[in-house]
Amino acid sequence: MTITLSHIGQLWQAGTRREFLRVAALGGGAILLPGMFAACGADNGGTTEPPPSDAVTLDLSSDPGVLNYAYALEQLEAAFYTQVGQAFYAGITAEEQQVLTDIRDHEVIHRDFLAAALGSAKIPNLAVDFAAANVDFGSRFSVLSTAKVFEDGGVAAYNGAGKLLKDLNNLLLAGKIVSVEARHAAAIRDLLRPGTRDFAGDDVVNPAGLDQAIDAGFLLQDSALGQFITTPIEIIS
Amino acid sequence: MEQNHPILEAIEPGAQARVVSRREAIRSGAGASSVLVAGLAMTSVPFALAALARDGYAQAAAPSIVDVLNFALTLEYLEDEFYRTGLAGAVAATLSPAELTAIQQISKHETAHVQFLTAVIPSLGGTPAAKPTFDFTAGGAFSDVFSNRVTFLAVAQTFEDTGVRAYKGQAGNVASNDAVLTAALQIHSVEARHASQVRRLRGQKGWITANDRGDLPPQAQATYDGEENTVQGAVDVASLGAAAAATEAFDEPLTMEQVLAIAGPFISQSIVRSAH
Repeated sequence: MTITLSHIGQLWQAGTRREFLRVAALGGGAILLPGMFAACGADNGGTTEPPPSDAVTLDLSSDPGVLNYAYALEQLEAAFYTQVGQAFYAGITAEEQQVLTDIRDHEVIHRDFLAAALGSAKIPNLAVDFAAANVDFGSRFSVLSTAKVFEDGGVAAYNGAGKLLKDLNNLLLAGKIVSVEARHAAAIRDLLRPGTRDFAGDDVVNPAGLDQAIDAGFLLQDSALGQFITTPIEIIS
Repeated sequence: MEQNHPILEAIEPGAQARVVSRREAIRSGAGASSVLVAGLAMTSVPFALAALARDGYAQAAAPSIVDVLNFALTLEYLEDEFYRTGLAGAVAATLSPAELTAIQQISKHETAHVQFLTAVIPSLGGTPAAKPTFDFTAGGAFSDVFSNRVTFLAVAQTFEDTGVRAYKGQAGNVASNDAVLTAALQIHSVEARHASQVRRLRGQKGWITANDRGDLPPQAQATYDGEENTVQGAVDVASLGAAAAATEAFDEPLTMEQVLAIAGPFISQSIVRSAH
């Protein structure tokens, strides 16, 4: 069972979100269509049309599916930081350049590692679009704010997906990556608001001292992060 | 798992259902248990926390979830008392505003972790371990730890970087309980945020390059040994990018014994393990 969404924002409209949660609870999935496929603006549920031919399927009931979910996120991050590094924003400090260059190198390795580990099971390259989401690569604030979305989102995604991995070796590999994402998140947050509590701010660490954990797949429907991917993604839970 | 987990439920609604419905025995257990068995040659870890680990081996190849959480609780006791003592002592006045702010936030989280684990352990039918007596000078090696900001922040860095590796090494041992695993991962990434900030305040990168301890004294080397690994699963990631980045991009786990060997010098009085 799937529902089809024509735009990411639909998920946050009460009627659609309820429907999504109801379907998801029954073991179904959701299909995100890019804007160009927008057929209806209805917020009271979706259709049962088949996904478009270029849709990517993430089957989160298996380890390769979960690792492909991570691969999708790493593709997105690597693409972002690669573009950042092609022309750094004006006035960038040496420290900022070092941090952003290091993170780019880490994310590229994460992406290529997951591709190698998945082998023939890997999903295709995803299409990303930062311009449509109004990322201004010439703006320090835009770049660092977007980086914060990626790093916090990556941490929350890995934290939420750990329980889906069945092979403990894969769980360990995900653990090796997520703490590096958290190190990134703290550094980016401190560049944005130096010397404050933001590196592990109360907006991401709850009163029990726990970081965020977002259920796998859900992140791709989050308007803050999923908006950058234009490839339709079908999630099977 | 058919016990009630009210604490976990309060923190993560829905956790109970997942705990109960968890599919079992489909995980390949080779990873964590073989690593831990390999670490069994713990000859003389100098305090009784070792008994906690040893007990786990006696029962099976891997420690119980409660044993793992008591191991984590002991590390959180260490961090919590360290920061609270520092903030109440002479060293606090020597910290820069940014350093003080960071330590206050980190201290808040470590206190929260102690409270969280102290509440979770009974919900799993266990008894929280007692807090050991700590010696943050490590037998005199860091005699000015609570008066010299350089020493204080250096010890903080080793605690945070060790904490990240310690939680990572135990993830597989709590993986049979979704709610506990997720909570452990959520603490793990908070420790990594802390580590990044303390490292950067000390003029280091937020991430670990190879097994480089930076400007820390030789006693800290064990916290970084093994971080130079580049073989991840079946892939040598050194072939995917620059050598430094290939090691920075992955943090490595520590076994319970390795963590105990690192923490041992800071623990002056053994704890007696409670029956559960």
